[in-house]
Amino acid sequence: MIQLAIDLAFILEKAILIGGIITVSLVVAMYSTWAERKVAGFMQDRLGPNRAGPFGLLQPLADGLKLFMKEEIIPNASNKFLFILGPGLAMMTAMMTSAVIPWGREIEVFGRTVSLQIADINIGILYIFAVLSMGVYGIMIGGWASNNKFSLLAALRGASQMISYELAMGLSIIALLMLTGSLSLKTIVEQQSAAGGWWNILYQPLGFLIFMVCAFAECNRTPFDLPEAENELNFGYHQEYSSMKLGFYLFAEYINMFMSSVLMATLYFGGYDIPFVNDAALVESMGTNNVAILQGLSLFAKAAFFIFFFMWVRWTIPRFRYDQLMHLGWKVMIPLALINMLITAVVVLIRQNGWPF
Amino acid sequence: MQTLTNRSKAVDRHPMTVWEKMYLPAIAKGMSITLSHFFKKKPTINYPEETRPFSPVFRGLHILNRDEEGRERCTACGLCAVACPAEAITMEAAERKEGEEQLYREEKYAAKYEINMLRCIFCGLCEEACPKDAIYLSETFAPSNYKREGFIYGKNDLLIPDPKTEPELYRKAVGERSRKS
Amino acid sequence: MTITEILFWLLTVVALTGALLVVTSKNPVYSVLALIATFFAISGHYILLNAQFLAVVNLIVYAGAIMVLFLFVIMLMNLNTETEPQKNKWLKMAGTVAGGCLLLVLVAALRDADSKSTIALVNSGDTGLIENLGKLLFNEYVIPFEISSVLFLSAMVGAVVLGKKE
Repeated sequence: MIQLAIDLAFILEKAILIGGIITVSLVVAMYSTWAERKVAGFMQDRLGPNRAGPFGLLQPLADGLKLFMKEEIIPNASNKFLFILGPGLAMMTAMMTSAVIPWGREIEVFGRTVSLQIADINIGILYIFAVLSMGVYGIMIGGWASNNKFSLLAALRGASQMISYELAMGLSIIALLMLTGSLSLKTIVEQQSAAGGWWNILYQPLGFLIFMVCAFAECNRTPFDLPEAENELNFGYHQEYSSMKLGFYLFAEYINMFMSSVLMATLYFGGYDIPFVNDAALVESMGTNNVAILQGLSLFAKAAFFIFFFMWVRWTIPRFRYDQLMHLGWKVMIPLALINMLITAVVVLIRQNGWPF
Repeated sequence: MQTLTNRSKAVDRHPMTVWEKMYLPAIAKGMSITLSHFFKKKPTINYPEETRPFSPVFRGLHILNRDEEGRERCTACGLCAVACPAEAITMEAAERKEGEEQLYREEKYAAKYEINMLRCIFCGLCEEACPKDAIYLSETFAPSNYKREGFIYGKNDLLIPDPKTEPELYRKAVGERSRKS
Repeated sequence: MTITEILFWLLTVVALTGALLVVTSKNPVYSVLALIATFFAISGHYILLNAQFLAVVNLIVYAGAIMVLFLFVIMLMNLNTETEPQKNKWLKMAGTVAGGCLLLVLVAALRDADSKSTIALVNSGDTGLIENLGKLLFNEYVIPFEISSVLFLSAMVGAVVLGKKE
């Protein structure tokens, strides 16, 4: 048996990294709620929240305080343990994705080179899919434990939607993996940021489109927000929730949105790669740490654009009907993803072996 | 058939073409519309900081007027109460005593003068009925209140500040009104 | 005890408790959740054996897809403890006999298995890594692999046939 080496500095380094990333994603999620309301306002010719602090920047704090102060109601006939477990699971699965995302190349602290990725496992993408498929449980358990038939129906609706779109998402990713030949997100980003490497969006435009649509469906965002449908279907699976448990569900949605934005940037838009600049040459001239900061900012800029895109779509496109949703998922997205996979496979084979005829 | 306007359009029910079935062009069009609204000027007025200008004929809260020497003009004749279609005005008259000449202009004055702002419809008939120019409608409106009683305005709330003792406040209260007349 | 050993025992305890809860709990939803916990523990064991691909696929397929379908059915059928059907006495007996037979076979198989020479390579073996697994599956075992995929296809066709009402 080989002992797992315990390096105290290593554990400390990872703990700080985890804490930092969790804090950052929570803050981003918080300000996503603010940004959502601002964007909604601006697109509807309004101003959005502007009372709490300059430009309403303290609004998320006020919202959070409100949620904490609300009375916590657990329905009498509900299953108490599962009722509390549901939002916890939703939050946890939303946060877990961040573990395999490379947030930057590396930094040097006290003579140690620290990789800005919590875990560079060689099955990064599969890990993300595993976590995504766990996300269904938060919804289902919450909906069922409420002991309310509307919550239950909404939970089933949400779960079947997520499972359906997971398939197309996986198929669209497979085409990408054929090109990169690696499941590790770090390797994928390095291939894109290497000198002479192009962003994957150029090779996989259709795959990106499918991935993006499925990401919308996975995050339960409009036009796929049927599990929630707050203005026509009674708030969906978190109808019985109040106080911070409701807050957790709402928050998990925004964290999911942030994570899928980061994921889209990582897989198709070069991740932390600074566009039009050779990163390796930049390290020579600016030093590792400065470049790492720039790379992190670059990734955040890309993610911020996608978050804005999520909101932009939400305030433009109306919601699907449920049969339309299923039709799109099974009869359009999956065949398209399969065709994309087939074409990619043919191209990859021809590139490797030459034109055989 | 003759159409009423020339704007009616027949509903187009042709099956969608492949291009239309892709939906993406239509989505892009919609998104460009929302984005153009994103950069439009917003018509919102941030209320407490900015207020909307009232029109010159705006009829708001009532004010009981004083003359130049700071004496109340109202003689409690009751014509405003009679004119009021909403029956919002009540008053009690009293006789002016010796030594109160600098307070009240006429020999009779209103000891109690109340307007229920919840009943008032701000029609301005009281202003028209008043023979002494004692009441007019200002360019403010009643602030919110938690209780119904708070909307019954007594003499304290209605009387304009004394031009002799508080000229600043008086000028402020007269405000736009003086320029208009 | 090394960290690996501690993790091993922890995961084993979780897996066994989960498995016991699956059988003993009255509420079918709890059974499913306990089964999911068991799958997690088993995936943890896979990771200890350095078979990360298996671990994640186990999570995706079993915990992520199949158990969700189980939950679906159970939630929709609304199986409560009161409505649990009373099973036939003979059925119980048959179940006991069948379970006992399985146990017997397993114990016999494990006793005969040469456990000394093929000790699991904890945290170092590389057969579980995705490259090696892929090469093995598509070179040495390509025919069984394809045959099993045909089996899945036939299952899918069967489901469609069953689902179609003529």
